[in-house]
Amino acid sequence: MSLGPDAGRLPAAYLAAGSSSFTEFLGAHAPQLLPSGRRLPAGSFEAPHGTTIVSATFDGGVVMAGDRRATMGNIIANRDMEKVFAADEYSAVGIAGTAGIAIELVKLFQVELEHYEKIEGALLSLEGKANRLASMIRANLGMAMQGLSVVPLFAGYDLERPGGRIFSYDVTGGCYEEKDHHSVGSGSLFARGSLRKLWRPGLGTDEAVSVAVEAIYDAADDDSATGGPDLTRRIWPTVAVIDDAGVRFLPDDELRGVVEQVLAQRDGNPGGAR
Amino acid sequence: MTSMPFYVSPEQLMKDRADYARKGIARGRSVVVLGYDRGILFVAENPSRALHKVSEIYDRIAFAAVGKYNEFENLRVAGVRYADLRGYSYDRIDVTARGLANAYAQTLGTVFTQESKPYEVEIVVAEVGESADDDQIYRLTYDGSVADEHGFVAMGGAGDVIENALKDRWTPGMSLGAALTLAVELLGKDPAGGHDRSLEPAQLEVAVLDRERPRRTFRRIGGTLLRDLLNHTSRVTDAPSVDDATPGHHDILTGEAPRDESTNPQTQRPAAEDDGDRS
Repeated sequence: MSLGPDAGRLPAAYLAAGSSSFTEFLGAHAPQLLPSGRRLPAGSFEAPHGTTIVSATFDGGVVMAGDRRATMGNIIANRDMEKVFAADEYSAVGIAGTAGIAIELVKLFQVELEHYEKIEGALLSLEGKANRLASMIRANLGMAMQGLSVVPLFAGYDLERPGGRIFSYDVTGGCYEEKDHHSVGSGSLFARGSLRKLWRPGLGTDEAVSVAVEAIYDAADDDSATGGPDLTRRIWPTVAVIDDAGVRFLPDDELRGVVEQVLAQRDGNPGGAR
Repeated sequence: MTSMPFYVSPEQLMKDRADYARKGIARGRSVVVLGYDRGILFVAENPSRALHKVSEIYDRIAFAAVGKYNEFENLRVAGVRYADLRGYSYDRIDVTARGLANAYAQTLGTVFTQESKPYEVEIVVAEVGESADDDQIYRLTYDGSVADEHGFVAMGGAGDVIENALKDRWTPGMSLGAALTLAVELLGKDPAGGHDRSLEPAQLEVAVLDRERPRRTFRRIGGTLLRDLLNHTSRVTDAPSVDDATPGHHDILTGEAPRDESTNPQTQRPAAEDDGDRS
């Protein structure tokens, strides 16, 4: 291959005017880097799956928590995987489904939001972010049909309408705003039941964190694929708090306190009746 | 009568193009890029709040330009795409100013020799390092030449005059306040030898790459903070290490309501917390 006079020059796609979307740029210039740009061979196989994510609003924001387990069939593939990520300064995304693809999508989504910020010099609106994520999930439909589905939960602080908001998705890229609280993943049925009983309007931040951790505990209680708090290894659920100060992840020692409190309440009262 | 094609020597052709580009650049207002104790400072005379001459490219890399807006904006967007693509397919740490400067140099060089008109731009790509010795400042001109500059660069109409003055007056390890005051004073000098102008904060675009910030180090400086930094009687000589508390886009520091702590977005939990004593 001979190097032409243009060797090393930025390709035309870089200099093209218009799009402030990183995904669109990749689609035009380097589609092999997009999860949806790959051809899959026929056949099925097992890959690690992430499990339960819960999210609950509180007065002035929203919390998102995820368990730490990834499973592959009946095997625990990973005990301390992180499934809740900061998407940008004011939003977080939690993932359930095929772990490899989900993490790739989150990484792409993070770059997508930062790319827009840098090119436009402004933040995307919360709905704008939620819709961008929807179009990424939609593009992944082919993979989902082969068993590699990704179902995220998106939560953020809305700067225009101060408060926390939660968005859920289906594999076809449908994006639905959820009121108050929501959960996705294999343990979500149990977590939703738990949230329904524990959540109430006007919760404070600490109470909402405790409710989210308890919902993860209930999911782990009945769903084998969801990992509960692991006291011997000191593995706690990942908990992100999103409010007007941005996203922050609770440190391990704080989480330990929350978990110990939940466990103390359940001592001799495994269903958490109150 | 038909016009005959006539011979133009390559020297003459290149000289004409260079003159054309140089004239375009000299018409514009200047930009100064200079190191200070905690990072790299960018000062542009630019009354517009929306059409920037200085911008963020990546975590530790920024871009400054003079010349034709549509042309350097095009290059800026290409730079953001280059950096984000590289960071996405390798790792954030693998995005370097040197790589970007090379890509720009090839692009400007090709456009200069092959297209009907060269880009009328001069740009700086700067990367802030762990210490002042690791800072990198690259100046790229319309024909694709690259220069690795140390400490400071001035571009635009009065670039040469400002650069000569900086040679005498810039010293390594200046505070942000001192570096900014010097840059603003020099931007106000008339290259033709007329009266010095005194530039108001509203006529300035000021930004820094602050080496002590985590992750994204680029911040614009405006509002009260900019006025205080320029005011000799105030005690403010440095930018705060935390962002403004007002919810919103935190690319600008105004010093009006500092936050409790910096909440620069993290892709994950901070690494230190993951290194707990779990087995």
